Amino acid sequence: MFQHPAARAIHDERMNMSETASPSRNPAAPPAQPTSRRVFLLRLGILLNAIAAAIFAVPVLGYLASPMRKFAWLSWISLGPLEHFPEHQTRLATYRNPYTKPWDGMTANIPCWVRREAGDTFMVFAINCTHLGCPVRWFQESGLFMCPCHGGVFYSDGKRASGPPPRGLYQYRHKVENGRLWIKAGELPTLGEPLA
Amino acid sequence: MSPSQIIHKVGAWLDHRLGLSGPLIEAAQHPVPRSSASWWYVFGSATFAVMVLQFLTGLCLATVYAPSADRAWQSLIYLNYDQPLGWFIRALHGWGSNFMVGLVCIHMAQVFLFGAHKYPRELTWLAGVVLLLATLGMAFTGQVLRFDQDAYWGLGIGAAIAGRTPFIGGRIVKMILGGPIIAGETLSRFFTLHVFVIPGLLISFVGLHLFLVLRLGINEWPMPGRIVRRETYLAEYHRMVSTDGEPFFPYAAQKDLVFIGLIIAALIVTAAVMGPIGPNGEPDPAIIQTVPRPDFFFLWLFSAFALLPPWTETFLMLTGPVVAIGLLFAIPFISGTGEKSYRRRPFSVMILVLVFMTIGILIYLGTYSPWSPHMEAWSGAPTPVEYVKGRTPLELQGAILIQAKQCRNCHSLGGQGGMRGPALDETATRLTPDQIVRQIVQGGGNMPAYGKNLSPAEVNAIVAFLATMHPAHQPPAHNAARPALARVDQR
Repeated sequence: MFQHPAARAIHDERMNMSETASPSRNPAAPPAQPTSRRVFLLRLGILLNAIAAAIFAVPVLGYLASPMRKFAWLSWISLGPLEHFPEHQTRLATYRNPYTKPWDGMTANIPCWVRREAGDTFMVFAINCTHLGCPVRWFQESGLFMCPCHGGVFYSDGKRASGPPPRGLYQYRHKVENGRLWIKAGELPTLGEPLA
Repeated sequence: MSPSQIIHKVGAWLDHRLGLSGPLIEAAQHPVPRSSASWWYVFGSATFAVMVLQFLTGLCLATVYAPSADRAWQSLIYLNYDQPLGWFIRALHGWGSNFMVGLVCIHMAQVFLFGAHKYPRELTWLAGVVLLLATLGMAFTGQVLRFDQDAYWGLGIGAAIAGRTPFIGGRIVKMILGGPIIAGETLSRFFTLHVFVIPGLLISFVGLHLFLVLRLGINEWPMPGRIVRRETYLAEYHRMVSTDGEPFFPYAAQKDLVFIGLIIAALIVTAAVMGPIGPNGEPDPAIIQTVPRPDFFFLWLFSAFALLPPWTETFLMLTGPVVAIGLLFAIPFISGTGEKSYRRRPFSVMILVLVFMTIGILIYLGTYSPWSPHMEAWSGAPTPVEYVKGRTPLELQGAILIQAKQCRNCHSLGGQGGMRGPALDETATRLTPDQIVRQIVQGGGNMPAYGKNLSPAEVNAIVAFLATMHPAHQPPAHNAARPALARVDQR
């Protein structure tokens, strides 16, 4: 027989109301035996499943959250001989991320801006704007880094010049060894973990 | 036996075992209020139809797409140009996502205006909010799978937002990216979300959503003055469908079917005419000559990030989504009873109009991003000819410097150039030469200070040029307290 869902709903609603009115739903049923075998088996089954689920969850969550673990992502990497970086100039350099997998392809080629003030005095800036991570571009003539996303601008020493960025450009730790420039790299810099 | 007899026998054989024909017929014939078999009630089923098409085209794409950071872009190019009809399937899937986001927003606006979120359909609304979020989640993850420069830097923006979380920002970033940088595992994570996790969520919540629609009945057309009361609504609704109801099939379904047909036709035409969306450049972070922009469904957020006061940003980026989603979930509990008609709910209508207008305007602003410097304007947009006519050598030198020092990236001349700063066409009517010097050397008001990058002679030349930038009928601004200024300029 056809019964309309709304009618069913009303029926259910009334059932619920009567249920709340008289808590003992089925007074004819005998009182449950708390220690009967059936209850014990059911409880044991629930308990065993809960334990199994907890044991199962450990490797699954550990697997999925493994990138969050403490790990030495950063390592020293060479940007090339010093001759590549003329004094008083800012040049784009690209390095292969030290932590990489064969299927990362081009995404592991990370660019950065290298400013050679004089002699062995360098500043190495991350490509990412400190506002929302877009790639900043260097303009030699006006001595500014400009961001194409929201108009962040930085001076040649990386300090914030204007726009929404909350701080100056991220800088890599760097050193000069064996006539080469080295930086400590390996992470996408964010406000939470700004490289150095 | 004739074919129809065979079909009938097979059907009977199946039904004897499945026993589904009864419940299915009952579901299809459930009575709906005559008033709600309306053209306003077609958007939910149309969203569902587009979702089914997305599953189909997505399945096709998955047979060719390589979800691997080093090959994904190439496989998209292969789909566009080599795979037979690959371009069309990509176009259907890309435009289908736009259709689905659009339809789900219209559907939500409609049910909100018609008070369908009120008692007893609160849970239906909650499931709908989950479906909206899942749809937007599909849109974002889908944009990531279109693994091009926009996808790469879009992930960078997502990471930068997550990185603002206090204390654990860095770890959250690595969890999202699947590693320390945007690379292979990032794409794999978003592939998993787009192909397994969110579709699973969509299927289960669509099931819940439809089950609730069947169980509680479709919302009746809201009449002003017909108040929803918890005590009486169900009985009133039951009376309405029994006295003035019609079976859903075919009475209401026919309009759904017509609209679905039109939407699918529109999607096919759009896809065929507009073609596949992207991919743009290779996702090579070393190519920095790029202007990343999200697809339109996130363009309004992109605009908001440019326009919010910087000191509010971190707070709003982290709390805004939580508050917005919380409010969406809270709506049926804030206004679960009372008037359903939008004619008696001016505040609700106002909120809806405000939200849609805000998002619409932000999307419009995002399409030309006036806050972004135009990176090529200094070399690509020449000084208009009339601005160099009859100028002195010093003024011409100033005009050259305005190009060479990238001023044009933020300041336009003759309508060309950046819009970050004010247009320079009539600068002299607003600022005296002294004020121009101060502005250039010290910056301020969102302009960098150029004191270190311009020699005094260069500043003089630029000021000389800008002092000529006023219409013939309007004199340049002058400092009344300094009448000798003209003589100083002539020196």
